[in-house]
Amino acid sequence: MSMPFGQGIAPCTERFDEEQSPSGHRKRRHNENTNNGECKMKASLAISGLALGTMVGAAPLAADEVNVGVMLTLSGSAAVLGEQGRDGFLLALDELDGKLGGLDAKVTIVDDEQKPDVAVNRARELIESEGVDFVMGAMYSNVQMAVTGPLTQAGVFVLSPNPGPSALAGAECNPNFFAVSYQNDQPDEVVGAYVSDKAQRVFLIAPNYQAGKDHLTGFKRTFTGEIADEVYVSLTQMDYSAELAQIAAASPDAVFAFMPGGLGVNFVRQFRQAGLDAIPVYSTFTVDEVTLPAQQQDAVGFYSGSDWAPDLDTERNRAFVQAFEAKYDRVPASYAAHAYDAAYLMDAAIRAVGGDLSDKDALRAALKAAEFESVRGEFSFNDNHFPLQDFYVTQVAQREDGRFQTQVVEKVLEKPVDAYAAECAMN
Amino acid sequence: MTNLLILQTLNGLQFGILLFLVAAGLTLVFGVMDVINLAHGAQYMLGAYLAAAFTALTGSFALGLLAALPVALAFGLLTERLVIRRLYDRSHLDQVLVTFGLMLMIGEGVRMIWGSAPISVNLPQVLSGSVPVYGNLRYPVYRLVILAAGLGAAGLLGWMIHRTRLGMLLRAGASNRDMVSALGTDINRLFLLVFGFGAMLAGFAGAMMLPLVSAEPQMGDTVLILTFVVIVIGGIGSIRGAFVAALLVGLVDTLGRSFGPVLLRTVMEPDAASQMGRVLAPMLIYILMALILAIRPAGLFPVRQ
Repeated sequence: MSMPFGQGIAPCTERFDEEQSPSGHRKRRHNENTNNGECKMKASLAISGLALGTMVGAAPLAADEVNVGVMLTLSGSAAVLGEQGRDGFLLALDELDGKLGGLDAKVTIVDDEQKPDVAVNRARELIESEGVDFVMGAMYSNVQMAVTGPLTQAGVFVLSPNPGPSALAGAECNPNFFAVSYQNDQPDEVVGAYVSDKAQRVFLIAPNYQAGKDHLTGFKRTFTGEIADEVYVSLTQMDYSAELAQIAAASPDAVFAFMPGGLGVNFVRQFRQAGLDAIPVYSTFTVDEVTLPAQQQDAVGFYSGSDWAPDLDTERNRAFVQAFEAKYDRVPASYAAHAYDAAYLMDAAIRAVGGDLSDKDALRAALKAAEFESVRGEFSFNDNHFPLQDFYVTQVAQREDGRFQTQVVEKVLEKPVDAYAAECAMN
Repeated sequence: MTNLLILQTLNGLQFGILLFLVAAGLTLVFGVMDVINLAHGAQYMLGAYLAAAFTALTGSFALGLLAALPVALAFGLLTERLVIRRLYDRSHLDQVLVTFGLMLMIGEGVRMIWGSAPISVNLPQVLSGSVPVYGNLRYPVYRLVILAAGLGAAGLLGWMIHRTRLGMLLRAGASNRDMVSALGTDINRLFLLVFGFGAMLAGFAGAMMLPLVSAEPQMGDTVLILTFVVIVIGGIGSIRGAFVAALLVGLVDTLGRSFGPVLLRTVMEPDAASQMGRVLAPMLIYILMALILAIRPAGLFPVRQ
């Protein structure tokens, strides 16, 4: 399965190589034979059938080409997030005719399997075999922390479409790392600030791992009321009957939940089944466009905090959402929006330096300047390379066409500076 | 506190019953056939996916559930004929390797067919409400249905094991396989039946859980670990042991998670108590297993060899 950009690749012969990667996972390579004289590609982009493999385009001349690695979680239950990121990025590339800043884009998509050790190996492959200039990734903070060091030390610019770990925003901030998303705590801080006016006693629930604790910490940073109780569940738990009974017994004014992915699907459905409708639920990463197709009606009315929503009223966003839905037949999530922005950020930066990828300092300054039009409206980078942007409280609603999405309720914070920026020595 | 205790006890029983449905097949396969089947959790997962697929097809969860059962059974029978049958004379290590591979293949197959996003099914309208239990606490109707269906299945299984000829052969097989074979019973057919039936029970459990937890490719993994704990506590090969152990594990896990921190708070600072409770709760069932094995190394209801 291949998808040509620019001039057609029809005359090219195709070759599939199968090789065994160290982790035992099969890796499929999709090569176009570049020796074929009839093959005249400006840019080529191939998507492997399993969407897992490495994509290797033709390499005509290094000078007029930019080499981009896309590292996302594309297998396991978290694959839906990575697929959103990948699709958002490819949509932007499609709109740019397969070029970034005028250079042909050679894109290599790799699956980090949500495992830091696997991700580091993939990063090394991207550096050594593909010689990437940029990496768009990852999807999870633990993976981000593992790969950002090796990649940036090799002179690669890393653009995150989702994780914004506190370390990278603060003490370990990195000149070659740009979070196109947010600092991890910010959505929680937004909800905490919002809920302070709405509820006195709030019951907190999150999975028992680092990110779960971080998100609750973010909430508590801005929440001024009383914490009814704080419950941590196992990451592999699927049935929350015991926790829901505790919520019922505590009868708080509101619940704040960080229950990402599949956890959120089960939590929201069981919350409804338990008949707790009277208690409003505020959340982050618990109800979004990735989980809503499974949660559907049960999630309607649930609140979330975000820097973006499909109905965010900017011209650019309307066009993005429309194009995404036309191409992929599903509602985009923030992961797709951020990845889409990341592609346009690269495009703008490469254009600003006139396609000269060798001058890293100029390229860095061009990325920092962020001279592109974000789907989120006003967007700029702070000195720690984390965004300065507005944050909203959103609520799940059903659209007229029957699909579900989060919708902006209220802008809560205007261009907040993240809590760690002061610890960053970069300026 | 009383009302929460009632609610959590119900939750614990419901969780235990579910574990029993999965553990029943596993303990029989292990006890009667001496096969360690790591793919058993995958059969639980498959049951959920089959029910989801048939529910989407028929538009009714009840029909979807009914249609999933024969397919889960057929899948179990097919697995036995094609794979498990070759493993009877092999070592446990070989069995673990092959069934682990089978588990990966089923997981990846499910992912290829249905994708990795969770699939959920809506409850039938009549079962979607909640009923008042005590005071202002309510309990979901569907969880009561699971409890009833599980108890029904357990009763049926108990009757079958203790009152029918097939059950007699199973019990005999768990005690002395060679003797049953020597007495003229077609042991291969017996094994085929046991395996298929076990797969169907696991599939039934998965299908019943579907409206609560939505189907995910890795949903069988955690259940598999817990069911191994259950059959080890109960005594390998014993259905009665599996039943008691499943309820025990369900109750200890649910009540421990909920009341552990509360109890700890009476002896230490609230902060330290909740921290400690959080750490201890997931360990409780393993501590329980260690304690029981220390006192009764063959489990609560060891099968006489």
